Amino acid sequence: MVNFGFTINKSTRIDYDQASKDVSRYVIAHEPSALLCIGCGCCTATCSAGQFTPFNLRRIQLQVHRGELARLEQETEKCMLCGKCQMVCPRGVNTRHLVMTIHKAMTLYNRGELKDL
Amino acid sequence: MKIEGKKRIWSEYQKEIPDDKYFYVRSCIRQSFFPASEVYFLKIMREVLHRDIYENKHHTTCSGIGYHSDVVPFETAMTVVARQFALMTEAGYENYAASCITSFGLYSEIIETWKKFPDVLQKVRDNLYKATGRTFEPPKHLAHASDIIYKVRNEIAARARYRLVNRYTGAPLRVVEHIGCHYAKMFPSKGVGGAEYPYVLTGMVEAWGGEVVDYPERRHCCGFGFRQYFIQANRGYSAANTRKKFESMEPFRPDMIITNCPGCPYFLDRWQYVIAETEGKTYGDNGYGIPVFTYEEVAGLVLGYDPWDLGLQVHQVSVEPLLDKIGIPYDPTRKYAGKDQKDLSHPESPSVLKV
Amino acid sequence: MDTSSQRHVVVIGAGIAGMEASAQLQGLGYAVTLLEEQPQTGGNLLTWDRLFPFKRPASEVLGELRSRLGGIHVLTSRRILNIEKLNAQFILTVNDGTVLTADAVLVATGFKPFDAYRKEEYGYGIYDNVFTSVDIERMFREERRILTRSGEVPRRVGFIHCVGSRDEKAGNRYCSKVCCVTAVKQASELKEMYPDCEVFCFYMDLRMFDRHYEQMYLDAQTRYGVTFVRGRLSEAAETIDKRIAIKVEDTLVGKPMKMTVDMLVLMVGMEGRTTQLYNSPTLGLSVGKDRFLNAVDEYTDNNLSRTEGVFLAGTCTGPKHIPEVLADAGAAALRIHRYLCQKA
Repeated sequence: MVNFGFTINKSTRIDYDQASKDVSRYVIAHEPSALLCIGCGCCTATCSAGQFTPFNLRRIQLQVHRGELARLEQETEKCMLCGKCQMVCPRGVNTRHLVMTIHKAMTLYNRGELKDL
Repeated sequence: MKIEGKKRIWSEYQKEIPDDKYFYVRSCIRQSFFPASEVYFLKIMREVLHRDIYENKHHTTCSGIGYHSDVVPFETAMTVVARQFALMTEAGYENYAASCITSFGLYSEIIETWKKFPDVLQKVRDNLYKATGRTFEPPKHLAHASDIIYKVRNEIAARARYRLVNRYTGAPLRVVEHIGCHYAKMFPSKGVGGAEYPYVLTGMVEAWGGEVVDYPERRHCCGFGFRQYFIQANRGYSAANTRKKFESMEPFRPDMIITNCPGCPYFLDRWQYVIAETEGKTYGDNGYGIPVFTYEEVAGLVLGYDPWDLGLQVHQVSVEPLLDKIGIPYDPTRKYAGKDQKDLSHPESPSVLKV
Repeated sequence: MDTSSQRHVVVIGAGIAGMEASAQLQGLGYAVTLLEEQPQTGGNLLTWDRLFPFKRPASEVLGELRSRLGGIHVLTSRRILNIEKLNAQFILTVNDGTVLTADAVLVATGFKPFDAYRKEEYGYGIYDNVFTSVDIERMFREERRILTRSGEVPRRVGFIHCVGSRDEKAGNRYCSKVCCVTAVKQASELKEMYPDCEVFCFYMDLRMFDRHYEQMYLDAQTRYGVTFVRGRLSEAAETIDKRIAIKVEDTLVGKPMKMTVDMLVLMVGMEGRTTQLYNSPTLGLSVGKDRFLNAVDEYTDNNLSRTEGVFLAGTCTGPKHIPEVLADAGAAALRIHRYLCQKA
């Protein structure tokens, strides 16, 4: 092998055919109101944590469904569980429980225990 | 795949390509990348097909390579190009043929700019006159040299000694055609067949007996991208684009790739070595790569010119397996003998890619 | 009413606008001739299976509208060769030699679906498994099953909104209005047929504009499990196994996405039908840049053309859904009635 002074970049796009759907399936099974999201961003606009950290529930829950799972476990830990997002969601998504469900799913996923469920 | 659908689109992108009398301009880099391609374009057009193709030694770079690297401003590029047009005008020609795809794209961009903004054209005329005392007329017809070979593809087929056919199976060779981005993506109407399903190389492949492979990433850039290649640290991004194309075409098991751009064949060829050395992956049969050709090289091969006279020994990916498949004879001992019979010296063997 | 004194209206186009307006005009006491180029009445509705929002069969709606045509002179497979005006009357020459004299003319020529082949990068007419919403509706109607070109049950299907709509390059700046809800309908029907099939809708904006549509969208998400991705299709290509590789950006995630689907469905928009009639100096129609007809006033006189005695109804003046078309047709009939009363 030759050292060329560079490595070949990995693709950063979502490859849906290859993406894991396990976390998405778990989240929908345990918090079906996740399906109600219309991506309006109300939750993120009002989010206590989102004012001071990159926490973005609207994006995180979409990343779950697209299998973009890197760092999601740590991301969900930024939530302060204040519940403001639940008050503003026009579709009635149980956002507070959604965050906890995603966190739990990611913990299991990272331990390799999700598929058994 | 319904070929009628493509034919319908092709029929809507017909461009006028004059049959004869061209002022021909070479590319900055092709003579070092693919040393015989331009020579054989001239040889085929003049000696085999008896066309009038004129060259002028005072022609310079069009500056497109600098323009696309953000070091040459458009105004400068226009004046440099105006000087080339002045050489054409002085020589009494009205049809301009560019060997380089990026030049062709830049010429198209400049000519379209002048059509839309005549005051810009006047300013360029003034600038050129002040700087050089020259005057010029924009070409009546602008063609890329591949347009011209497309135009004469059947004349070449009529004189062909070999066809793009697997002599063992009798099946047409499976050919990937790769079009340079600057050929038609900016001005789809300036390309034969448009930009989505370009016909310029497909037409040659069909006329010479091969079969074109339509694979999902056929539109994707080869990865050259000028700035991405020039800076070493960015080259991984360039190679990643090439890899994306090869990963996409791999299931179709193409026999060869034909291109019409200076950079594309170079990078599609050389990056196969880099991908093999970096990731251990090769894309051809039995550890070989997929050979990549310029359209002039392919025209030269079907017309029966010697592969080493066509410069195929400077390719990274070995062309011999393909020559065997077609049945083109070659002398392995002459591969690295130059035109003067002096040894060109032998390249080192890669550790992964079979050559 | 005595037919000799009865005044005569010619309605051009026997789609739902033409049929409804004809029925209303007859109810108001006029003699009506309904002209249609095609062999039967019904227009674009003939090609549809079930209709949003309640999945009512199109044939039922069509049957209801046709049942109101009693006493109307319906001429199908007829083309108008010439229209002239003599005093206040229109003289129409039809291709079978018939000459009709009309006191008023209603243009109800409707729309045509966008020719998806014009979006070259989507590969319609080239790749085997690229379909339009019209194709899918035909499959629902005639075959009762949605299958890939090779006859297999699809495992993943992508619906592409806004094909030929909101697209400057396709020459159509406008929104065709009904494609979003049609995609939601077809996606839900597909999930109903194949619950295990993954179904995606790729949209720019979801325009669920009418009373029951938001509920359809909600049902699609929750009851049927249709996935909605905000991003317009950039390009489609065929894989070696004849599936379709698509490239979109999931704009809400902020990343490009690649996906392979078994079937790609293009939601084709509505386009004005620029028939020869549009050039008739007698009709004097004003055709917009978008190829829909311009009324005298888009707010208050939407059924009036710029020529006295020539009226407009239905989708020839812009995209509409069925209830809007029928309301528009009724309104046009009343405007014709008012015009003819004033002339009397």
